[in-house]
Amino acid sequence: MYKHFITLEKKSFWRSASLSSEILTKILAWSGKVYVVGMMILASFIGFKYIDHELCINPLDVANTFLIYWFIIDLILRFIFQKMPMINIKPLLILPINKKKIIFFALGKTLFSFFNFVYAFFFIPFSILLIVKGNVSIVDVLFWNFGLIGVVFFNNFFNILLNKKNHIVYIFALVILILGSLQYYEYFNITQYTAPFFEGFYLSKFLTLLPVVLAIGLFFLVFAFTIKDVYLDTSVRLKSKKVKTESLDWLNTFGRTAIFLKNDIKLIKRNKRAKATVVLSVIFLFYGLLFFPDSMGAYKGPFFGILAGVLISGGFLLNFGQLVPSWDSSYYPLMMTQNIRYKEYLASKWWLMVLITGITTILGSGYLYFGWEAYLSVIVGAIFNMGVNSHIILLSGAFTKTPIDLMSSRNVFGDMNAINVKTLTLSMVIMVLPIVFYAIGHVIYGPPLGYVLVSLAGIAGLAFRNLVFDKIEKVYKSEKYVTIDAYKQKK
Amino acid sequence: MIEIQNITKTYGASTVLNIEHLLINKGESVGLVGNNGAGKTTFFSALLDLIKLSTGTIQNNGNVVQESEAWKSTTAAFIDESFLIGYLTAEEYFYFIGELRGQNKATVDALLSKYETFFNGEILKQKKYLRDLSKGNQKKAGIVAAFIGNPEVIILDEPFANLDPTTQIRLKQILKELAVDPKITLLVSSHDLIHVTEVCDRIVVMDKGNLVKDISTSVQTLKELEEHFNPAHLI
Repeated sequence: MYKHFITLEKKSFWRSASLSSEILTKILAWSGKVYVVGMMILASFIGFKYIDHELCINPLDVANTFLIYWFIIDLILRFIFQKMPMINIKPLLILPINKKKIIFFALGKTLFSFFNFVYAFFFIPFSILLIVKGNVSIVDVLFWNFGLIGVVFFNNFFNILLNKKNHIVYIFALVILILGSLQYYEYFNITQYTAPFFEGFYLSKFLTLLPVVLAIGLFFLVFAFTIKDVYLDTSVRLKSKKVKTESLDWLNTFGRTAIFLKNDIKLIKRNKRAKATVVLSVIFLFYGLLFFPDSMGAYKGPFFGILAGVLISGGFLLNFGQLVPSWDSSYYPLMMTQNIRYKEYLASKWWLMVLITGITTILGSGYLYFGWEAYLSVIVGAIFNMGVNSHIILLSGAFTKTPIDLMSSRNVFGDMNAINVKTLTLSMVIMVLPIVFYAIGHVIYGPPLGYVLVSLAGIAGLAFRNLVFDKIEKVYKSEKYVTIDAYKQKK
Repeated sequence: MIEIQNITKTYGASTVLNIEHLLINKGESVGLVGNNGAGKTTFFSALLDLIKLSTGTIQNNGNVVQESEAWKSTTAAFIDESFLIGYLTAEEYFYFIGELRGQNKATVDALLSKYETFFNGEILKQKKYLRDLSKGNQKKAGIVAAFIGNPEVIILDEPFANLDPTTQIRLKQILKELAVDPKITLLVSSHDLIHVTEVCDRIVVMDKGNLVKDISTSVQTLKELEEHFNPAHLI
């Protein structure tokens, strides 16, 4: 029976319409994984040595203190990146297959997640070092590891639960926020209470069973939740709530562009996937915290300020723009048969990006805290975004052929399928170009000329907007049929 | 109104569309019938310039559709759900199409009021997005949207499929009215021979991408078609 499931999964991968980009994605993902594994091994050796030799404390104690952070970070990472057990369930429901088997397979699949193995590359070398150099007994180390394995699988199923039940996410986030800030302001140190717990894995051996028992219990809980959901009307079909018709007539000052602008605003308000993009662009607003504070020495190079400016003001532009026209993928044939000029369509997307870049630039004024130069780079970055990057990103959109499922928000961080060589090159240009302009000015005369050059490039882009739009329009037209065809392939 | 010359569409070695010549005059109503894989949807997609033809040209109102986009202002179509915008309510969708076709809200409302019985109270003021309507109701919305803005050419792919019997009968009535309008050229495909012969004054039969029959509708047409699709020697 499970053999059938596995062949179905294989076929869905190899026969997918976007196979080549999926293979590229896999290669990228695997090289990423290899890198992480390497870092894990390295971290365990260096970490052990550093703690043992430089700090002269018992590495096991240090590990026990930090394990709670590992537990929480692992959960957060899983929540963002770990794929949920999805199999194409609809056609299987009416076949004579035991529902329990389907769920077992789906949940069982998650056990083979990268997240469940990667930590072994840290803990195994670390444990060997503990035995060899740290004078910890083999039995203790084994019990410790056994408990940690329980924690890993606990997280595995807890993550599934988090993905299923929204209110648990809110509670969990609230708890972390409270504990985190209590710790930050030094009122309460959670590690004092959690470290003994992890010590308990080997001090009082039976405690090691607790995470294992909890993991198993959680499995059955998730199993019970899932099996209840395996009806078409609950998890497969989407719920609908009462909605209002909106006219958004105040946008009519934009003329014909307004027709699309109104639609795009509804698109953002009413679709999970688009809303997630807005959230992501808010996160981009905080990019500057990596660059501007003096404590962040690593990013202090003179050329990084301008990159920060581009990222802070351009979060929405970059995240939304790279998926134009994929946002309209589900009704692209409609758009192609109405009397729409591509230019009007592109102009509306452009206006939307420029308007929101303006808003983020105003919000970015918080960086005045780090001095006027920090905010100047935000403003200059915004000008460059509006004048140059907006066009480049619309151009790269012409080569994006991945249909978007507007209703799902899961893919927002990992929409790797949308990446191909052309879009990758263009996004490199977006990052590198402002740095190049700035660097030229900086080297010749100093920072002022750098800012002037970047701004001039942006203003030039604005001035030649119509010309650039004509060019982009041509690319869109020549890609029209391929795009229509690609959007028909639903995932 | 529409003139087709030597069009073919090939995917690799297989030809899915191959029509030497077809002239559809203004005001005609043409029914397109054929078994699955006959190329009906491909043909409609080509008319709307949604697929790239391998050879040949299609003229709509004197303009070649692959070259000029002038046909878009006079042609309306509903092919499938990719002509609907799922996150809009029905009203928003109609107004959106209306705006694109230069119609203000009042004009759109006036048109919609004509189709109140067709909607059967299930489309307007539903407080639902189109994606949450049933398949049949989505289709109703899509079909009526194709009537907005006084189009001269209306193309409907399988309009009867998925509709309940009452709505099918009402749709037939609506299409008949459009068919007699001398300003409107109507193209409809259907698997239902009875519906299509009732509505259209000309029937075109396709098979494996080819045009195999082109008949003006008369009393005998239905019988002729039934025989074509179920020839006696096969029984």
